[in-house]
Amino acid sequence: MNLVVLPAIIPLFAAGLALLAHRSLSAQRVISFAANLAALAAAVALLADVEANGIQAHTIGGWPAGVGITFVADLTSALFLVVSLVVLVLVQLFAIGQGVDAARPRVGQPVYLVLSAGVAMAFLTGDLFNLFVAFEVMLIASYVLLTFGAGAAQIRTGMTYVVMNVLASTLLLSTVGLIYGATGTVNMAELVGRFPELPDATRLALGLLLLAVFAIKAALFPFFFWLPDSYPTAPVAVTAVFAGLLTKVGVYTMIRATSILELDDARTVLVVAASLTMIIGVVGAIVQGDMKRILSFHIISQVGYMIMGLAVGTVAGLTGAVLYVVHHIPVKTALFLVSGLIEQATGTAQLHRLGGLVRRAPLFAALFAIPAMSLAGIPPFSGFLAKLAVITAGLDAGDYVMVAASLIASLLTIFSMSKIWAGVFWGTADDPTPTMAAADADDATFPIDRVTAGATALLVAATLIVPIFGSDVYDLAERAALDLLDPSAYVEAVRNS
Amino acid sequence: MTLLLAVLVAWLFAVGTYLLLQRALTRIVLGLGLLGHGAVLLLITVGGRAGDPPLVGKGDDGVGVAAPLPQAFALTAIVIGFGMTAFLLALAYRSWVGTHDDEVQDDVEDRRVARQVADDEGHFRAPDADADADEPWDEWDDDESPKQGATS
Repeated sequence: MNLVVLPAIIPLFAAGLALLAHRSLSAQRVISFAANLAALAAAVALLADVEANGIQAHTIGGWPAGVGITFVADLTSALFLVVSLVVLVLVQLFAIGQGVDAARPRVGQPVYLVLSAGVAMAFLTGDLFNLFVAFEVMLIASYVLLTFGAGAAQIRTGMTYVVMNVLASTLLLSTVGLIYGATGTVNMAELVGRFPELPDATRLALGLLLLAVFAIKAALFPFFFWLPDSYPTAPVAVTAVFAGLLTKVGVYTMIRATSILELDDARTVLVVAASLTMIIGVVGAIVQGDMKRILSFHIISQVGYMIMGLAVGTVAGLTGAVLYVVHHIPVKTALFLVSGLIEQATGTAQLHRLGGLVRRAPLFAALFAIPAMSLAGIPPFSGFLAKLAVITAGLDAGDYVMVAASLIASLLTIFSMSKIWAGVFWGTADDPTPTMAAADADDATFPIDRVTAGATALLVAATLIVPIFGSDVYDLAERAALDLLDPSAYVEAVRNS
Repeated sequence: MTLLLAVLVAWLFAVGTYLLLQRALTRIVLGLGLLGHGAVLLLITVGGRAGDPPLVGKGDDGVGVAAPLPQAFALTAIVIGFGMTAFLLALAYRSWVGTHDDEVQDDVEDRRVARQVADDEGHFRAPDADADADEPWDEWDDDESPKQGATS
């Protein structure tokens, strides 16, 4: 069995096992957690392999490359995969701590594994049609997680998410069909040579259509509206993993598509979309009065920074984009997990019902402060490195308007993070929840649940890895960017698989 | 033949889009179904003319054989589309059980923010989304529905 397919196959296989073990919750938990850990181990081994020996590819079923389903791992996909699986494992621990997987019928853990498999497939596939399948696997799992056992309000918002994504998938399917019609292949490595030879109008129309579909998944302007509607109502473990991963899979596919289809003339579109995404996302966040909704709007704004790196299109720009994704996935998830901890302790995440948590729960304050400062781009945290990388790349390329937009968005990010800080951790609650009022009356601290707080603390610690090994991570991202700009090694690896 | 299919694909997309823009959930689901059919038909059309079955050993030179890849795509897409439609119908049914209404409701938070802007007293007003959120869902609360937050 080839290492490239393992991160996708292990969770899928274990999902079946976990479904069979539905009678025993602890058996389900052991199987699922072990499977995600094994997938993480495989992903780390894959990253090491790719780092040492170059791009790895495997065509399933002994078909010649270009006909069979191809799995490819280059530095970008292997790196994203490792970060994603770290997040998946820790959020799973958080969910087990909260006991949200205990509801009957017990499908929570199996579906979660299907989600990991879908994410891994989306990162590793070397074939556009298989990418569509990977998206479907990932999305079907996400639909179930979002709406399973939900109240009516959650169904209402979940519906927006499902309809939007089914529509995007249909568009993706049509685009894949049209690309097949135009070039005679859906294999990404085969497309590298053939796609740029198409007549300009066809090429640009198909390329932009593909980018638009991925932009819906990535919640890029003007396709972002579904995200803040649907994310905040789900259970926090679900929102956290969606916030960290799903839009970033969209970003990854945008990076991959521009790399293999050589869509240099789509740059202007990306510049405009990135600038508006950064600004509109953060402005949307400012008016919100609920921690989870503020954080949801920030996802949009942050996706703008990643696309900014992609829009710059130079080695430095793509390095910045890769670095930004690596920084953003754990940081965003950690922030949502902290909002979950607060909700668990106090019963709400609404700013006006919270206050003074810096005394009531100092641990939560510390766990929030680190990723929040990182998100705002304050040195020495990972967000600073990532923002610095994309902004210097933007300045070097002369995209001054986009750089200005990113700096304004950055400032407003600090503003809305301090709004959460002031509302939740300082002051007193305007309209305290019963638990808040009780704690205030006794001047007590909130009890800390070891598993959920531990999982969050581990994830916060993981966000510190990027700044500690800053130059190594940057070098890795730079090598990934070089491979993206020159896909010849990618093509070579697939042809020899 | 190809032109006829192309027109049919366009027609399916047009009708599907129209239905998708309606406010009734069942129409939205039907619209998505039609869009899916349009996409599958597009895949088949794109595969070129019909031909002999693409089996190994039968016309090994590959001349006059139908392209097998789009058919494999179409089959996969049909299966996925079937599952999706079933799930969407189940979701629409759940929504109907909750509200006894097929209409899509306005987003509660959007309405709150809009009201807050309309209020415009120059200072931050405490949002009362809770009270608002309960209104349309009264029947639902009495239901013995599973607890919120039942997934992982």
